[in-house]
Amino acid sequence: MIAWTIYLTFAGAVIVLLLPRAFARWIALLAATAGFVVTLVTFFRPDVDLGHFTTVVRVPWIPALGMNYHLALDGISLTLILVTGLAAISAILFSWDVSERAKEFFFWLLLVVGGSYGVFLSADLFLLFLFYELVIVPKYFLIAIFGSTNKEYGAMKLTLYSFFGGALVFLGVIAAYVAGGSFDINQLSQFQFPSQLQWWAFPVLFLGFAVLAGIWPLHTWAPTGHVAAPTAGSMLLAGIVMKLGAYAALRVAMNLFPEGFRMWRTTFAVLAVIGIVYAAAVALRQRDLKFVIGYSSVSHMGFVLLGLTTANVFGVSGAVLQMFSHGVIGALLFAVAGTMIYRRTHTRDLDALAAMNLRRALPFAAFTFVVASAASMGIPGFSGFAAEITILIGVWKAYPAAVWVVGAGMVLVAAFTLRALKRSFFDDGLGSAALSAAAPGLSAGKISESSRDGRAALAPITVPEKVGAALLMFATVAVGFYPKILLDRIQPAVEAMRFLR
Amino acid sequence: MSVRPGPQPLNLFVSYLDLLKLASPEAIIVLIALAVLTIGLTGDRSRTFPGIVAVVGIVIAIWTTMRLPQHANLFGGMLVISPLNSLFKIVCLALALATVPLAVSEKSMRNPGEYLAMLLLGTVGLLLLVGSEELLMIFIGLEVLGLSLYVMAAFDKTDARSAEAGLKYFLFGSTASAFTLFGISLVYGISGTTALNVIGLKLAMGSIPPLFAVGIVMTLIGFAFKIAAAPFHLWAPDVYQGAPIPSAAFIASGSKVAAFVVLGKIVLVGFAPAHGNAAWHSMLPGWSPILAALAALSILLGNFVALAQTNVRRLLAYSAVAHAGYTLLGLVAGGREGFSATLFYTTIYALTLIGAFAVVGIVKRETGGDDFQNFAGLASRSPFSAACMSVFMLSLAGLPPLAGFFGKFYLFSAAFRAGGNHGLLWLVVVALFGSFVSLYYYLNVLKAIFVDKNASETRHSSPGTHRFVANATIAVLAASVVLLGVLPDALAEAIAKSVP
Repeated sequence: MIAWTIYLTFAGAVIVLLLPRAFARWIALLAATAGFVVTLVTFFRPDVDLGHFTTVVRVPWIPALGMNYHLALDGISLTLILVTGLAAISAILFSWDVSERAKEFFFWLLLVVGGSYGVFLSADLFLLFLFYELVIVPKYFLIAIFGSTNKEYGAMKLTLYSFFGGALVFLGVIAAYVAGGSFDINQLSQFQFPSQLQWWAFPVLFLGFAVLAGIWPLHTWAPTGHVAAPTAGSMLLAGIVMKLGAYAALRVAMNLFPEGFRMWRTTFAVLAVIGIVYAAAVALRQRDLKFVIGYSSVSHMGFVLLGLTTANVFGVSGAVLQMFSHGVIGALLFAVAGTMIYRRTHTRDLDALAAMNLRRALPFAAFTFVVASAASMGIPGFSGFAAEITILIGVWKAYPAAVWVVGAGMVLVAAFTLRALKRSFFDDGLGSAALSAAAPGLSAGKISESSRDGRAALAPITVPEKVGAALLMFATVAVGFYPKILLDRIQPAVEAMRFLR
Repeated sequence: MSVRPGPQPLNLFVSYLDLLKLASPEAIIVLIALAVLTIGLTGDRSRTFPGIVAVVGIVIAIWTTMRLPQHANLFGGMLVISPLNSLFKIVCLALALATVPLAVSEKSMRNPGEYLAMLLLGTVGLLLLVGSEELLMIFIGLEVLGLSLYVMAAFDKTDARSAEAGLKYFLFGSTASAFTLFGISLVYGISGTTALNVIGLKLAMGSIPPLFAVGIVMTLIGFAFKIAAAPFHLWAPDVYQGAPIPSAAFIASGSKVAAFVVLGKIVLVGFAPAHGNAAWHSMLPGWSPILAALAALSILLGNFVALAQTNVRRLLAYSAVAHAGYTLLGLVAGGREGFSATLFYTTIYALTLIGAFAVVGIVKRETGGDDFQNFAGLASRSPFSAACMSVFMLSLAGLPPLAGFFGKFYLFSAAFRAGGNHGLLWLVVVALFGSFVSLYYYLNVLKAIFVDKNASETRHSSPGTHRFVANATIAVLAASVVLLGVLPDALAEAIAKSVP
């Protein structure tokens, strides 16, 4: 049944192309909602075994080479499918006003979503890799056609980084296939690969996937890509695409090559810690609101990678929970920055925004951004806290020293989040008027005018935006108050993985 | 009709009726070529009628090829019928079939009858090449094919570029043929026979004399020219850019497929004992390290030079060099799996490239050029050809769910598996790196199509029927590229079964 998430989304993509443009957004919304409903039904069904990677569909596909169309489900993939559905629905709601080339837009968007569902459900290595690569090109078009700042550069950079990671994965997949003689992930995870192969194949595979999860120093695609992308593109990148890398690193690299994982995990833990602190420090110095959020994504994904490298139940479960949490929070932050602010003010420059007194002009946006920032900082009661505390417990067991460094990183996260929050919404608009006079396209007179009666100057937040934001805020609060609802499903699946035994 | 070892007198008591039956595809194509030529001579300048005759003829030839017996061997390997040969005769005929509409919809073509006749005679060359396992006959096939292609490349008499392309192709081609002939003569001198399987048997018995190595290298040079592997690729950019579009498409597709089939048979059957080893730490002299070096050089050079191109046809030419490199990987790996992967890849590559050239043809007719700026805004002018072009480009880049993705996977996994202890890992890494680089320039083409604004105004749209023919062709080709990517099993299994 869960397989229908993939089919419904791809069917939606095709129908969007065939019907007139006026229907495009409705069909996209319908397809995404249908997929989400299917996920929810599966989520609350008691009879689904989430402790093991249980086969859903299995059909011979290319028997000559032993490939099967094989989908399976466990708690980890279900969690990620849930966040995919959430991010997809809200991304579509936040692009409700896309009118130029709308058919293409929603076509590419649904391809990204469908491919991501495919990655999270694949139990066949080749199929997983196919879906993984399938997501690359739609991202390019989504950004290069519909993006904003420096879009062609950002799109090409992102695509080339993804494809570079894909080339590494290609090599790792071939190595696993040739040595293990099968594409079945469950079978391969029982196979004893020679140590020498694991020694080189694990880092190749893990690094290849981790490029997409924004591992330092291969993270630079993420900020530029996020900034260049249209709102929905950033939301999908932060909400889903970065999770593809982390999920596949866990499902494939760590699960197949446990010995190689043990040899290399400290190296990757160091990279993850550097990523957390470095990205947070860089975010502190950014003037463009989207760059701040882009770097915060890298920092948060650093937590995911660090959690994975702890190799204990807490760390890895926390990492999966953090994937969910960041998917929701990142999407929310980008929605505020991209649609609620940028679409209305045509600037993302923090100094320029500071002069606009947006708190009065866009109260709903201010409220949303406060919630998202609080969740992003890891305030208790939001999903970010639940995830990061679980990860840190795991890290404490594996690398006690890292906890101190990461703690400093969390302070930086709080610092840059509060700075962005204050500058964008809660500045009085007088002190920085002189500063913002330097900002392009905004004369001082215009600023004072807009700050005086900003309510009239800016279009109010629309209903689709409110629904989308409410959906994401509900998700982060719900999981923040009751993380058990996800952890109960994640933990058995993590415990079943070989590298823990 | 069995293998006759040794240079004994050939059994010439073959009933000519039997011969005609076994060679019926070739015979039909020759007849159709003459018929098309006659139609062209009668003064009928319409492009459609000779085209229809050619299509019907090729379809009949495909049908007769399907009805050939499973196995037959005439004149010590000169004409061999086996599942593999029949399959690739069909592939070559299908590629010729896909080229005919391109020629018909080409506006500048002044003598369509003559042109189609040359195309069909070239197809006979392909059939002879594919259907033979004997060096002399292979050489004759190469020459029949080559002579037609030289004429086809120079066919547009109004365009100096076309003449240049034809002359360059002819000069390089004839030199390469001389090398091949010299190599064949050395091989014959040492082994005393020209039948591939007998050469293989003889070589396996004794040690391999140094002069034979010279013969191998000379023979390989001729084929490296045909498949445009670096450093024998110098003709390719000018021919791909200058020749009339259907000629370029045919040179890039049919000629390449046949060359790979024959090259595979020569090295894997005839020169099998001189295999050598291309593994990184245990390199042994033989043909496989030579092919490995050619492959690595082609991949690197082709991809890097393609980065700098601003003309789509030149870009396709350099990417063809790179793809020749990938395709050679399967032959270096050797064995059934490697050969099957090579054959699969070269087939889908040929389909993709004909499609890409067909789109280039449409753009050229409408905007008068084939540079990047002529492609700008194609998505808004003609969404259909833009969509098809993106299918072709992304398949070449090796992205799923298109045929190129599976083809690369098949090839690279075959290479990785061969040469014990992952010895060919270096070559796989080079190929993966090359395909990473290649995505940049393929995306640049797509960027021009989808992102850039419509810079060049449309000069003229082609007349309805020609436009329809061209669109139908690219639709069929794009559909087959997608289909072979989603369900590659049909072709992959047919090839794997037929490879001996």
